[in-house]
Amino acid sequence: MADLTTDFIGIKSPNPFWLASAPPTDKEYNVRRAFEAGWGGVVWKTLGSEGPPVVNVNGPRYGAIYGADRRLLGLNNIELITDRDLFTNLEEIKRVKADYPDRAIIVSLMVPCEEEAWKAILPLVEDTGADGIELNFGCPHGMSERGMGAAVGQVPEYIEMVTRWCKQYYSKPVIVKLTPNITDVRKPAAAAHRGGADAVSLINTINSITSVNLDTMSPEPSIDGKGTHGGYCGPAVKPIAMSMVSEIARAEATAGMPISGIGGITTWRDAAEFMALGCGNVQVCTAAMTYGFKIVREMISGLSQWMDEKGYTDTSQFVGMAVPNTTDWQYLNLNYIAKAVIDQDLCISCGRCFAACEDTSHQAIAMSEDRTFTVIDEECVACNLCVNVCPVENCITMEEMATGAIDPRTGRVVEAEYANWTTHPNNPAATAAE
Amino acid sequence: MPANVLTDGIQPARLTPAEYEQNFADLHAPLDPHEALVAADRCYFCHDAPCITACPTEIDIPLFIRQIATGTPEAAARTIFDQNILGGMCARVCPTETLCEQACVREAAEGKPVLIGQLQRYATDILMDKAVHPFERAALSGKKIAVVGAGPAGLAAAHRLAMLGHDVVVMDARAKSGGLNEYGIAAYKSTDDFAAREVDWLLQIGGIEIKHGMAFGRDVTLADLQLEYDAVFLGMGLGGVNGLGLEGADKSGMSDAVDFIADLRQASDLSALPVGRDVVVIGGGMTAVDAAVQAKLLGALNVTLVYRRSRARMNASVYEQDLAASKGVRIITNASPVAVHGNGTVREVEFEYTDDDLTPTGQTVRLAADQVFAAIGQTLQGEDLPKLERGKIKVSATGLTSLKGVWAGGDCATGGDDLTVTAVAEGRDAALDIHASLMGGA
Repeated sequence: MADLTTDFIGIKSPNPFWLASAPPTDKEYNVRRAFEAGWGGVVWKTLGSEGPPVVNVNGPRYGAIYGADRRLLGLNNIELITDRDLFTNLEEIKRVKADYPDRAIIVSLMVPCEEEAWKAILPLVEDTGADGIELNFGCPHGMSERGMGAAVGQVPEYIEMVTRWCKQYYSKPVIVKLTPNITDVRKPAAAAHRGGADAVSLINTINSITSVNLDTMSPEPSIDGKGTHGGYCGPAVKPIAMSMVSEIARAEATAGMPISGIGGITTWRDAAEFMALGCGNVQVCTAAMTYGFKIVREMISGLSQWMDEKGYTDTSQFVGMAVPNTTDWQYLNLNYIAKAVIDQDLCISCGRCFAACEDTSHQAIAMSEDRTFTVIDEECVACNLCVNVCPVENCITMEEMATGAIDPRTGRVVEAEYANWTTHPNNPAATAAE
Repeated sequence: MPANVLTDGIQPARLTPAEYEQNFADLHAPLDPHEALVAADRCYFCHDAPCITACPTEIDIPLFIRQIATGTPEAAARTIFDQNILGGMCARVCPTETLCEQACVREAAEGKPVLIGQLQRYATDILMDKAVHPFERAALSGKKIAVVGAGPAGLAAAHRLAMLGHDVVVMDARAKSGGLNEYGIAAYKSTDDFAAREVDWLLQIGGIEIKHGMAFGRDVTLADLQLEYDAVFLGMGLGGVNGLGLEGADKSGMSDAVDFIADLRQASDLSALPVGRDVVVIGGGMTAVDAAVQAKLLGALNVTLVYRRSRARMNASVYEQDLAASKGVRIITNASPVAVHGNGTVREVEFEYTDDDLTPTGQTVRLAADQVFAAIGQTLQGEDLPKLERGKIKVSATGLTSLKGVWAGGDCATGGDDLTVTAVAEGRDAALDIHASLMGGA
């Protein structure tokens, strides 16, 4: 079994699976259960300043969208930061850290955008013995209306300023958690970097309305007939999160900056994908909220097995390996030519590929009287839609055409050389290939 | 001493009331809303779906399942009834395992088809329970059409004709409407008087008058109908039964499976219905299975279904054969009845082993029997009928007979299998052709 011990910005944990700052990490009871279940670390639910804690709504906090059999695909929430007393939280953090010295405990923080506020809370956190802090610049509801959370995360200058204060008044690692509710996630990441952050974590939740009740005409979750946008998370947000992670991993200003990946991670495979895109570890919330803490055992066994199969002995060996393969569209090889191939032995003749291609794409699939479906190479642009809608895994595959073969669609010979849009004759801005 | 399963002879009240209730409950409990959603989620919404092609009434199955999945089972029911006004009964009695569900691509993919029949029942039950009829009649045409037989074919024809604006008079020899839906079909497939409720619901369309006790050939002739009506649809089914043609077949204890099934369906108290201890059913179709299974459920100790050819040749589907086996019915194949033994009352039936070509082997076997049901096919009855073919009324693809103005459908006519759903399709299509014929050129 591969060793999953992870060193993330100097914080060691027995595995790269941390629980994200969220309801599952709001108090000692839950965190102890998480550690007993095997989680490598937790980011304690966000603490606010000393004083009367925030209050939450007393109606539904969550909304959801479902796949087949009510499989939860997306969850949103309108819960705020911890609504428990600051000192209660701090005492609990201290106790749990003392009992679980091998696990990572990060304290999430959100206080007003004033130096005094941070100066006041940071020594208190330092005293708990926690391994680091995460700055919650991402919470998109409630707190942002009060000038905190995403309201800070959407202004790079504030991020840089607050990060600087934290590095000044706190001795341990500082992680900046980024909001996805922004046009270009590289900007706040670069600001965190300039401010001295040790790492960024992303994504926080996405502004969302999960559904509208068509009887009451209220968005859900509905509080006394009214709804508000909540923060969207769960499997549905994973592609968005991975894209943002990859942008930060690739950007010149932030390349090499440690990233803690968050967003819909549900299985070991999701985790491995985030890590391949540059995340030193991952944080999980919705999957635990859906299935309970025990899922971490599958994550641990799955990642270990995969690492063994691939010959990796340390998680750092594959972190970022997919980053060099993540590029801009303009650099994709236009001389790479593929065609869809349908495995007739696997085909169950549902005809979804035909409907999709015939109605919405390139009319590149033929249907015979006896429901045999075949690809018309003369029309196939290898768009992959048939693969995506086919209910049978590996029934339709995209097969690369060999160099020297003639693409029946264009009549052109498949070239061996890489050639992209930047040099394509149709590109008015093309630079001649010298 | 009251009878029990060990009492010999033909006896009522072999079981406790609770056993009767349990044995004749719904074969498939209706899906609850969550089960329906889970089942509906499995549909792939195939292009030009094979299940539609496999359905004799060509219900748009992927569409109605999607309508269930999106929370509009009423719209789903409408999609079903558009094609098959007896979609509620068909959901219960169709051999889906040889029709839509056999064609389902998930049957090919994983041997577990989408539960099309049960989903159809889910949707149709919801709409029918609302007691609102989803169709309205077109402007009245002034045409009057006679329908012979209030079974699936006749009812489907009558409903479609009424919808199209014609007035319909349905004549049926029996006291109740429904035909085999009411008098045939195993009781556990149509519980809670569903057949009668379905007819009442169907008649809400209006414009249909049903005359009971009107036997075709006895109380009314085809010639009368041709004179009095603008068109005639014959859907009287097969009124006669084939006899075993054996020596001793008239002994006490020998009877027809269709009568047993009808008596059972009409019985208000199942414990009053007598059944043998050792029952032998002769035949290999759905009627044989329905009789055998229900004899077992009524408390017979031993029920043996004997078919003269091999399993593969049985008309009863594999699903029905398995159902019979699961209820404790023994199936013997390749055995043809040759003699009935007993002194006035049947004691034994003697069979000779035969191959699929019924070649005699000279080897025989005797089965103990105090009750024997023959289920070896029904025959068309009536005189002065249109031209016949293989014992049935010869019809075109749209049900037109050799006589002008006379259409036919269902079991009495040539065409598809003798299934409720086939009868519905034929009745519906004949109605459309009658309409086109009467209104064409107008």
